Amino acid sequence: MPEDHAAEFTKPPMKKISEVCWEIDPSFKEGMRVPARIYAMKKLLDEMDVGVFEQITNVACLPGIQKHAICMPDGHWGYGFPIGGVAAFDTKTGVISPGGIGFDINCGMRLLRTNLTVDDVRPKLKELVDMLFKAVPTGVGARGAIKLTRAQLRAIMLNGSKWAVENGYGWSEDLDHTEDYGLIKGADPEKVSDKAQTRGIEQLGTLGSGNHYLEIQYVERIFDEELAKKWGIHQTGQICVMFHCGSRGFGHQVATDYLNTFGDAMKRYGITVRDRELACAPFSSKEGQDYFHAMACAANGAFANRQAIASMTRRCFEKTFGRTAEDMDMAQIYDVAHNIAKVEQHEIDGHFKDVVMHRKGATRCFGPHRPELPQAYQQTGQPVIIGGSMETGSFLLVGTEKAMTETFGSTMHGSGRTMSRTKAKHIVRGSELQQQMQKHGIYVRSVSMSGLAEEAGLAYKDLNDVVETMEIAGVSHKVCSLKPLGNIKG
Amino acid sequence: MVNMVKNNFIKKFKFIEEIAIADVAFEAYGSSEAELFENAALAVEETMVDTAGINPKVKKEIEIEADELDKLLFDFLSELVYYKDAEMLLFSKFTVNVEKNTKYKLTAEVVGEPFDSSKHELRNDIKAITWHMFKIEQTKKGWKCLIIVDV
Repeated sequence: MPEDHAAEFTKPPMKKISEVCWEIDPSFKEGMRVPARIYAMKKLLDEMDVGVFEQITNVACLPGIQKHAICMPDGHWGYGFPIGGVAAFDTKTGVISPGGIGFDINCGMRLLRTNLTVDDVRPKLKELVDMLFKAVPTGVGARGAIKLTRAQLRAIMLNGSKWAVENGYGWSEDLDHTEDYGLIKGADPEKVSDKAQTRGIEQLGTLGSGNHYLEIQYVERIFDEELAKKWGIHQTGQICVMFHCGSRGFGHQVATDYLNTFGDAMKRYGITVRDRELACAPFSSKEGQDYFHAMACAANGAFANRQAIASMTRRCFEKTFGRTAEDMDMAQIYDVAHNIAKVEQHEIDGHFKDVVMHRKGATRCFGPHRPELPQAYQQTGQPVIIGGSMETGSFLLVGTEKAMTETFGSTMHGSGRTMSRTKAKHIVRGSELQQQMQKHGIYVRSVSMSGLAEEAGLAYKDLNDVVETMEIAGVSHKVCSLKPLGNIKG
Repeated sequence: MVNMVKNNFIKKFKFIEEIAIADVAFEAYGSSEAELFENAALAVEETMVDTAGINPKVKKEIEIEADELDKLLFDFLSELVYYKDAEMLLFSKFTVNVEKNTKYKLTAEVVGEPFDSSKHELRNDIKAITWHMFKIEQTKKGWKCLIIVDV
């Protein structure tokens, strides 16, 4: 880090709560209302960039924050909140902050299973990946094959995944297997700018770029056989499809619009924050509610986007293998949002209370018996989908009861970067990485070779350490690990 | 009246490796506010594409007012990100004028073309310009800004 940027930050003193949990006392910084907690095994904690400590303690200063500001083991320096940040605010006295959600509203992960095996897919892998690469546009400003009218975009804002299913993109049971059934309540299209709609209207069914991807994976290792079986995962070598994307230009513009609105609103409400990206407004204020209603529209857009991509994925499999998606058992295991705010009930000081849960680069991981979960997951807890770097693989986890008391039912979202994109690109060449992955049997298509280099495994933390941290914490448990066979990215 | 200083910076902009782990950070430079804005705009486009391949086929005029200079730059760069999604336009030439009366006022002509992944070397899709560490300053060498974009 250049000296003039580094000088502002120092690592604070921390109290060890457990092997994997570290607490920063409110006395560390003026204005901290609650302690900040960081989940990380010692090795990850030592490697964590200093900006995380600065940012999570800034979050602990926001009005109405409850219990702790939390950072997950994949935490890294974001803007406003760290990536991996989790915070709950009182709905009456607390705030909502676009910086606690991220520009890519409802960026998330979806996992489809199949009954195919590596042996079935390997001979047709190139054909399948090439077809997916055409069917699911990726990269800068990519436009989708689905043409929407303004009225249809409005219907998507109000109905999310349900719109997609009703219009032929996917199966009705997909909705049960999507966080909040693919529909965040409270969406109000009147609160979304014309600009946001113009940016988003042609992007349904597109991946985007950066770390967004769609991956053909195989089950590498099963940790919980009984549970895996319940979720339709029967053996190692079984093929799944995982993808990572969000609300595209539509959500990005909603976030940009409201960051500006909140800048002015804060002056009126007398709120000062330590970082302009922490702009916030009282949740109960007009601005706070307007943003929440607009955010729900963008979140529903993201659900519909992933629903459309799931449907296109099934079609590509059908064409490649000459069987129906039903015959290949291409059911959706789950869809999780990892950049989002919503109203949830959590136990605080012995009482259940409504809070505005912010998860930015963190995944909901509810344990059994939460009313939000569908029947299928009432007894087990919810599936949690954790995407790793292209080279290291991914995980399917399950939420626990302990998560409800420890982390407001939240866990990590990925492996977390350790190296900047600009630096990764200087060390790795995209074309070399592509060849190297091909040697390992992984076929990758990307519109951007530099973008590919930025996603090299060496730029990320070891996902095993990150997942293990939350396993030791008892917050989320491993069900199976997945390794890539083919990947398309922007 | 804008303050004209000789631009002693060698580069128009520079990407910075060690900050913004998940995103892209750059510094841009200029002898005037206007030149600073032009170079920051170029850095934004260079994040998304090799601008050498972007031909001057389509011209857009942008007008923005803001109370503060940093807000003016933030909104100008956000406008470029908007055009990328709304009209699939990437730009390579920028002529910016910045005036200060009671408010700051920007008028700009930006020139480029609709992008085509078979023709252009596309890089990262910018989601948004961020306020994170956003800084404009006037130094002895000229104007300088630090900007982090979310990709």
